[in-house]
Amino acid sequence: MIEFLSGVVSGLGAGSAYALLALGFVIVYKATRVISFAQPAFMLAGAVAVSYLVGPLGFVPALLLGVAGVALLGLATERAVIRPMVGRPVFVVAIITLGIDIAMRVVVNGFIGNDVRQVGDPWGLRRVNVLGIAVQQRHIAMIVTTAVLIGVLFAFFKYSRLGLAMRAASYDQETALAQGVSVGTVFALSWAIAAGLAAVAGTFVATGAGVDQQMWIIALKALPAIILGGLDSLGGAVVGGLTIGVVESLVSSYQSDFAPWLGQNFSVVSPYVVMLLILLVRPYGLFGTREVERV
Amino acid sequence: MTATRPRPRQITGRPELYTSYAQQLRMFNTRPKRLAVLAILLVALSLPFVYDDETLRLLALGLAAAIGAIGLNLVTGYAGQVTLGHAFFLAVGAYTAAALSGDPDGRTIGFGITNVLVWLLAAGLVAAVLGLLVAPLAARLRGLYLAVVTLGLVFLGEHIFKEWQELTGGPGVGRPGPVPELFGIRLNEAGVFTAEQKLYLLMLVLLVGFAVLARNLVRSKVGRAFSAIRDRDIAASVIGVNLTRYKALAFAISSFYAGCAGALVYTVSGFVEPGSFNLLLSVQYIAMVLIGGAGTISGSIMGALFITLLPRITRDLPAFLPLISADASVPLNVFQVETVLYGLLIIGFLLLEPRGLFGIWVRIRNYWKAWPFSY
Repeated sequence: MIEFLSGVVSGLGAGSAYALLALGFVIVYKATRVISFAQPAFMLAGAVAVSYLVGPLGFVPALLLGVAGVALLGLATERAVIRPMVGRPVFVVAIITLGIDIAMRVVVNGFIGNDVRQVGDPWGLRRVNVLGIAVQQRHIAMIVTTAVLIGVLFAFFKYSRLGLAMRAASYDQETALAQGVSVGTVFALSWAIAAGLAAVAGTFVATGAGVDQQMWIIALKALPAIILGGLDSLGGAVVGGLTIGVVESLVSSYQSDFAPWLGQNFSVVSPYVVMLLILLVRPYGLFGTREVERV
Repeated sequence: MTATRPRPRQITGRPELYTSYAQQLRMFNTRPKRLAVLAILLVALSLPFVYDDETLRLLALGLAAAIGAIGLNLVTGYAGQVTLGHAFFLAVGAYTAAALSGDPDGRTIGFGITNVLVWLLAAGLVAAVLGLLVAPLAARLRGLYLAVVTLGLVFLGEHIFKEWQELTGGPGVGRPGPVPELFGIRLNEAGVFTAEQKLYLLMLVLLVGFAVLARNLVRSKVGRAFSAIRDRDIAASVIGVNLTRYKALAFAISSFYAGCAGALVYTVSGFVEPGSFNLLLSVQYIAMVLIGGAGTISGSIMGALFITLLPRITRDLPAFLPLISADASVPLNVFQVETVLYGLLIIGFLLLEPRGLFGIWVRIRNYWKAWPFSY
């Protein structure tokens, strides 16, 4: 039971990073109807930026500055590459984001080099006892930060003027435009928010073990999360991210006992198996809107 | 009652005047096209006696990859189903062929059937069957949902191939590629001709065969159904295109091509490593299709040759740009430049010339058609 619970908690910790990444995917998707495959590059860029800034600044200022920088990078990318593609098929734009990802990751990898860079977080791999379960401190920090960020984001969408504009634009772009919403600002803002969230997630994933060139793969695990929750559901992204995290963690602790024939590291691909199973039953994910087409 | 077809009549001096539908739909509907294809074929056939073995090996790789690019173009360019899972089907083909033709007493599974025709067909069929298994999912999903699911396929495949060490030799170790033998002649060992010359000719003949088959497919009922699904699937189903059936068919055919291409590419390179079937490989094939021109067969071939020859070009860069190093451990080396170029080329072509290399060719052609009255 203790093993199960600690598996769940560490899964929630990892899952909160997936949830942040998934939120980024969903925000961009809701604004532009495109899955931005550039998220892995932003995530890596965030972690690397923090790893360079942490020396002179300390962890929290470095994190804030890194996130702001990556958000600006997202803003610039949207303005330079995505904006000229407005009105083109979504597939084309999605492939362009894939191209951005590949090109940007090479640049970021140049800053990483061949070794592992540390982000200098205050937690390391230390654990504390919570109700008899040993929990990594960094997981607690991740869960708390994610909860706060999600609260702020949802409040932003619900109560602020810009949040309302974003909701309106995602509901019906032309009508929003006619009501005076600047759709361009909405696009730019959603890319910036997504990039910023990816940077936070990247930094938290890098706490403990550090950043290496392979870390970007983790960002792609947010894809099963958003498919699971439904591409256009913010709540679904959070639920999906946490579910994927817990599933992965439980698979990694129990699979070697129950199904060793699945091979080592099966937990790494288990999110994709979950995604396939869910899609067989619900093609639009758990909370996604069913597409209704008028002809 | 049998319909009598008027014999298509070409009117002298009016190469673009078609007197019947059948004539317009012919594979080589104008005389310049016929002559150009003939000329390209003759040049391609003479290359093995001109170039050195290293270049021929690279060209043979390009020709084999072109078969895979045609396959991806059928499902993505013609039928409009975006798939990132091409690497998985390439892997299935490569391993089927390698296992069938492998040494029975070797370290990895092998059955010793070295006849090219047998293992090529088997590689294609196994991949096609797996493609059909994915198809029910594909038929239910649209657009980017499908792209993400096929991405999942690549990760699952990578895991399976890394773990199934009896078949694949395991990550970092790998196994020998398929052994090609035709009519009792080993094609990857020097004989009257060198191994590279024989492999190049084999790839050329197979590519011509596969390209003609694909070209025939897309100008038939099936091809028109694919295009209808791509342009608007609801409209297609209203005019009587069975969506599930044709999407499944597109996936099966595309996977068949991918399977054959996987088998052939790794015959030329001679070595299969399970870690190589990753997302980047899928992206390379997407790049081939987009750079060559989505929805064109000749474009796929151009794109595949372009992407395969790209490393050769970037490897010569340090001689011209001293900023770029040939050493993999130094920042800004040729390998980084190469990867960045994939990304930038995809972005550049999509932004500036969405019809790809084929589109550039069409522009050149149209310029000269109207010359000297071009504007």
